[in-house]
Amino acid sequence: MTDTTSGQPADTARASELGAVARFLKATELDTRMLGMVGALLVIWIGIHILSGGLFLTPRNLWNLSVQTSSVAIMATGMVLVIVMRNIDLSVGSVEGVIGMVMGVAQAEFLIRVIGFQVGNPWLWIIALAIGVVLGLAIGAFQGFIIAYLEVPAFIVTLGGLLVWRGMAWLITSGRTVAPLDTTFQLMGGGPRGSIGATASWIVGVLACAAVAFMLLNGRSQRKRFNFPLRPVWAETLLGVVACAAILGAVWVANSYPWPIGIVRQYAQQNGITVPEGGLFIAHGIAIPVLMAVTVGIVMTFITRRTRFGRYVFAIGGNPEAAELAGINTRWVTMKVFMIMGVLAAISAAIASARLNASTNALGTLDELLVIAAAVIGGTSLAGGSGTVLGAMLGALLMQSLQSGMVLLGIDSPLQSIVVGAVLVVAVWLDTVYRKRV
Amino acid sequence: MDKTAPTGTPLIDMRNISIAFGGIRAVDDASIDLFPGEVVALLGHNGAGKSTLIKILSGAYKRDAGQIFVNGEEASISNPRDAKKYGIETIYQTLALADNVDAAANLFLGRELMTGWGTLDDVAMEAEARKVMGRLNPRFQRFKEPVIKLSGGQRQSVAIARAILFNARILIMDEPTAALGPQETAQVGELVRQLKADGIGIFLISHDVHDVFELADRVCVMKNGQVVGTARTSDVTQDEVLGMIILGRCPPGAIPGPGALKIAA
Repeated sequence: MTDTTSGQPADTARASELGAVARFLKATELDTRMLGMVGALLVIWIGIHILSGGLFLTPRNLWNLSVQTSSVAIMATGMVLVIVMRNIDLSVGSVEGVIGMVMGVAQAEFLIRVIGFQVGNPWLWIIALAIGVVLGLAIGAFQGFIIAYLEVPAFIVTLGGLLVWRGMAWLITSGRTVAPLDTTFQLMGGGPRGSIGATASWIVGVLACAAVAFMLLNGRSQRKRFNFPLRPVWAETLLGVVACAAILGAVWVANSYPWPIGIVRQYAQQNGITVPEGGLFIAHGIAIPVLMAVTVGIVMTFITRRTRFGRYVFAIGGNPEAAELAGINTRWVTMKVFMIMGVLAAISAAIASARLNASTNALGTLDELLVIAAAVIGGTSLAGGSGTVLGAMLGALLMQSLQSGMVLLGIDSPLQSIVVGAVLVVAVWLDTVYRKRV
Repeated sequence: MDKTAPTGTPLIDMRNISIAFGGIRAVDDASIDLFPGEVVALLGHNGAGKSTLIKILSGAYKRDAGQIFVNGEEASISNPRDAKKYGIETIYQTLALADNVDAAANLFLGRELMTGWGTLDDVAMEAEARKVMGRLNPRFQRFKEPVIKLSGGQRQSVAIARAILFNARILIMDEPTAALGPQETAQVGELVRQLKADGIGIFLISHDVHDVFELADRVCVMKNGQVVGTARTSDVTQDEVLGMIILGRCPPGAIPGPGALKIAA
């Protein structure tokens, strides 16, 4: 197509030929791929719900699903950057394992026996988490340095890392499991106490809705400032309403899942409350690991979309040579991406070990594959240059939905692997078809 | 009297540049200069060393020997960032655009506009991009699309806009019209004249003398890594330049370089 056909008159001519659906998409500027993912997710949810006789779409199951997804979703946001830069990180599961082990040993043994902290000291979890994050940063920097400056392919470096860090996790305690963990640290794993309760959840939900409204209004005023085309008001309103409904709906679901009776009784005894006839309803609310995952998602989206670093990651993925010629320090950007990946692996390690209430040397085994699959199902192209954080998180949710759905349906684990593997391949095939069309 | 060089300090003066890849001397003792508001065409066959010479100037390659002077002062250029500091902008044959991001992001790649919060100011960048592209290619409207979806001419205008957006004083264009149709070629020609009038020095690199003879003030011909000769386009004919390119024979109107065919020497 030449220059002459792409002018303004041609565009308007095309717009009038668009159908209702296309007009809707143009007005709302929604990403069709993202809509497709949400659609696929709903189909899976409803399908499993019907097949399982109404067991899937319950507050309890959805709440558990959200907690189970957190750890993989957090790492998937980093994997997006890694894959966008045409690299891969096969070591995240092992890095998660070794960091989980170090944090476990730090809080349950080292800080208490060697440094002399009291059990239950509020600093324990903070120091343990800080050690984990710094270790993640260091491991990421180390692997990133070898990849960026010594020019060893990322596949090989992280394949080595997969073995090295898993071996290290075993060596630290010679394979012994470390348990129990600090009680505050455990909150990062979710559970009745690791949730923020009904009131706080509503507050978070309302704040999130306010943020959505602010972002829509701010975007609009920015476009106005430079006289760019605006979305129609109905489209803006619709986007805002749908987003707020989704947020408040999620809060409502989390608030509909009550604490188990045993824990309510224990809690009532401790606080001198008499349990009324018919039981006491105490809602879980949003789980702390889910809040952590959402926060990570927002931060990572911000990094990819609004910072210079994020722009460079995508530019390098699109054309490494052009980025280099534009004066971008591509090696340093590569190294930073792996450092971010290391930190995210540390956060995931905290959630996963807190959820188990133990550090085992098997923590995070095969997570690298789930993380890569989540990113790829979420629309990250292995050819580099495209991918979104939100897509990867949805991808993680989709994978986890399939897995826990199959558990609910009582499908044997070998068959589960077969389904998950097949879904991955089909999803990427569909994505390839989609990319060719658009 | 020197009849080819205008008076004053040259914008760019590359002296005795050499570079070898393995055993091959890709550029061998080549010297070339460029004055403000001048267009110098660098001609030669594929593999004559013209692109390599120019990549040394733009910082993509590091020279083995020789000196580069910018405005009479010796410059140290060892990577693309250094070259940009001296106001040297290059439009590569491959266009060197990040295919997956939009025109505005490409225009500002490496020098993004930031808001007071330290975040990317996409809106301001798009507004700037609309201004610059409006000057170069008024019909261009596809600001939101990744540049991979643009036509060859549109991509070329993005690449050129990128260079002039940063007040380049020296513009290097590697085969600027190779991928373009006649109408777009004319557009690029118009643009070159406009930039020249602004006092920008331009190197045009081409293997086809017809592409650039009209636009250039001087031609410099390379063969086998050496400079055959330099000439004002007013002093030589296109056929004589072709003779320089193909045979290395220096006509009377040109100043011979080290690569000139030695007749009866």
